[in-house]
Amino acid sequence: MTSETSAQPARAPSPLEWIRRFLAAPAVGPFLALLLTMAFFSLKSDRFLQGPNLSLVLQQVMVVGVLAIGQTLVILTAGIDLSVGTVMAFGQIVMTKFAIDQGFSPLTAIALGILACVAFGVLNGALVTGVRLPAFIVTLGTLNIAFALTHIVSKDLTYPPGTSGASTLPSQLLFFGRTFTVGHTEITYGVVLMFVLFGLAWFSLTQTAWGRHVYATGDNPEAARLTGIKTWRVLLSVYTVAGLMYGIAAWLLVSRTELGDPNAGQTTENLDSITAVVLGGTSLFGGRGTVIGTLIGAIIVGIFRNGLTLIGVEVIYQYLVTGVLVILAVAVDQLTHRRRL
Amino acid sequence: MNATPSSTPTLELREVSKNFGSVQALQGVDFEVRDGEVMALVGDNGAGKSTLIKCVAGIYSIDGGQILFEGKPVAIHGPKDAAKLGIEVVYQDLALCDNLDVVQNMYLGREAHDPVFRLREAPMERRTAETLKSLSVTTIRSVRQPVATLSGGQRQSVAVARAVLWNNKLVFLDEPTAALGVAQTRQVLDLVTRLAEQGLAVVLVSHNLVDVFEVANRITVLRLGRNVGVYEKDKTNEREIVEAITFGAPAPEEAGVEA
Ligand SMILES: Nc1ncnc2c1ncn2[C@@H]1O[C@H](COP(=O)(O)OP(=O)(O)OP(=O)(O)O)[C@@H](O)[C@H]1O
Ligand SMILES: [Mg+2]
Repeated sequence: MTSETSAQPARAPSPLEWIRRFLAAPAVGPFLALLLTMAFFSLKSDRFLQGPNLSLVLQQVMVVGVLAIGQTLVILTAGIDLSVGTVMAFGQIVMTKFAIDQGFSPLTAIALGILACVAFGVLNGALVTGVRLPAFIVTLGTLNIAFALTHIVSKDLTYPPGTSGASTLPSQLLFFGRTFTVGHTEITYGVVLMFVLFGLAWFSLTQTAWGRHVYATGDNPEAARLTGIKTWRVLLSVYTVAGLMYGIAAWLLVSRTELGDPNAGQTTENLDSITAVVLGGTSLFGGRGTVIGTLIGAIIVGIFRNGLTLIGVEVIYQYLVTGVLVILAVAVDQLTHRRRL
Repeated sequence: MNATPSSTPTLELREVSKNFGSVQALQGVDFEVRDGEVMALVGDNGAGKSTLIKCVAGIYSIDGGQILFEGKPVAIHGPKDAAKLGIEVVYQDLALCDNLDVVQNMYLGREAHDPVFRLREAPMERRTAETLKSLSVTTIRSVRQPVATLSGGQRQSVAVARAVLWNNKLVFLDEPTAALGVAQTRQVLDLVTRLAEQGLAVVLVSHNLVDVFEVANRITVLRLGRNVGVYEKDKTNEREIVEAITFGAPAPEEAGVEA
């Protein structure tokens, strides 16, 4: 009936088999949800589907999208990372402060900012694997540590101070906010970087042994260990790479806002990154999900924020909507998971 | 019917001990198995059978004693070390990842990849299909379906197939027929016999003494973490084994213990 029976070696799938695989593919549900969302807002607002607006959506998505890559990795291992937003804020302050105050070259300052985020990733990973604390508690702790450090280091100032008129930040820090034009649409380099990072994450997760071990560790850590996978190493690498993503997101954020803001990353980033992952079909139980789904999830979140603004819904209601959205998505995951068992 | 056992044991445990805190799971256990032989390992729940296997597989480090493989003392620090020696294990709880498909589970932890770390899916898929076929496992429709969608017996088959996929010398099967129906049990028992005929050393853990008497050449009885005795199948009977399992051996000489 199917083209593969245990008796037959692999052969090229037929077109029908492709369609079957497409419908069974994990990101198809999120994709249909994306189409629905877009249809809804394009009916409500004429401006929604126009090139400039869609390019704006992607610009707004790029920071959360890159954060959500790290969040996906962590959630695939059955963990959760609540520190995403404040760790990114810390990286952003390190970058801008070191570039302006401390006389570091811009690239060194950027590297230091990213390193600071990587260090937080390593800390999260070490506590989760070495001390075997639950990721929820560990990252709740580092959320607050990063928050405090951000305000201590910045002395509650934004960088550059004043922030009126054109930004005085070195151009390297703003690089990913720069644009190029395709047709009549402006595309920022940051959006391109986001897609590249999603591509890399997709490759690592689906085409390499490391990716497979990430799934196995989240699915059944005991079985993974019995087959010889060093699960602590997998976990440590996941949290470290996640930290790297938060560092890159910090650079993107600086590029977009053109300043280092100690109050950034405290309100929507945590929930948005988790919402993107869950909307993308990744299970909070670990071991199941895709990074392509997360990309779609992040775009859905971005479209909701953008679309609700376009049709004149107040910001406070946007919180309400994302709150409902994430709970709905988790509920769907719970129910399908239960049915599978 | 079976090959005559060789002179050096494939695997030999000497006075092996393992404690979990105050629980002495293994106390000075001697154990051996030879090429071409099926050694049954029996004992009540908690006797230490699974612990013994995990010590040899490198999951647990031993607290005392010595492990010899083909006559040489070895230190096994993890599943990779065990695999390098040619030791494969089918674990009691199967150690499968539900969301991964059959191929992914078969190769878990030792995936084939090319120089740029891309997995080589096609050969892995082919070998998986071939291995399942060679074990007469024909009910699994696709090797690309997640093992969560398989029946208990099919999962068991995948776990067994994973152990025979690799070139190995010694296979442990920890209660491989516990979840199986009559026909599947038949196949696993046939497989056990076939592996031994191919010259492998096979250790079979089972609570089913009928199965044990059918396929085993010798029987090691564990009781409360101690080796009660080693019995040759042809010189013992079920009653004696049951007594050894429940009460320990009356006197080693009478029990037909090997010299
Ligand atoms: N990881 C562990 N931590 C603590 N105690 C353990 C652990 N594993 C096994 N034990 C204890 O060691 C003893 C032997 O257990 P083991 O699993 O080896 O028994 P078994 O012979 O395989 O039993 P069964 O037939 O039920 O599978 C038991 O008392 C068990 O409680
Ligand atoms: Mg056991």
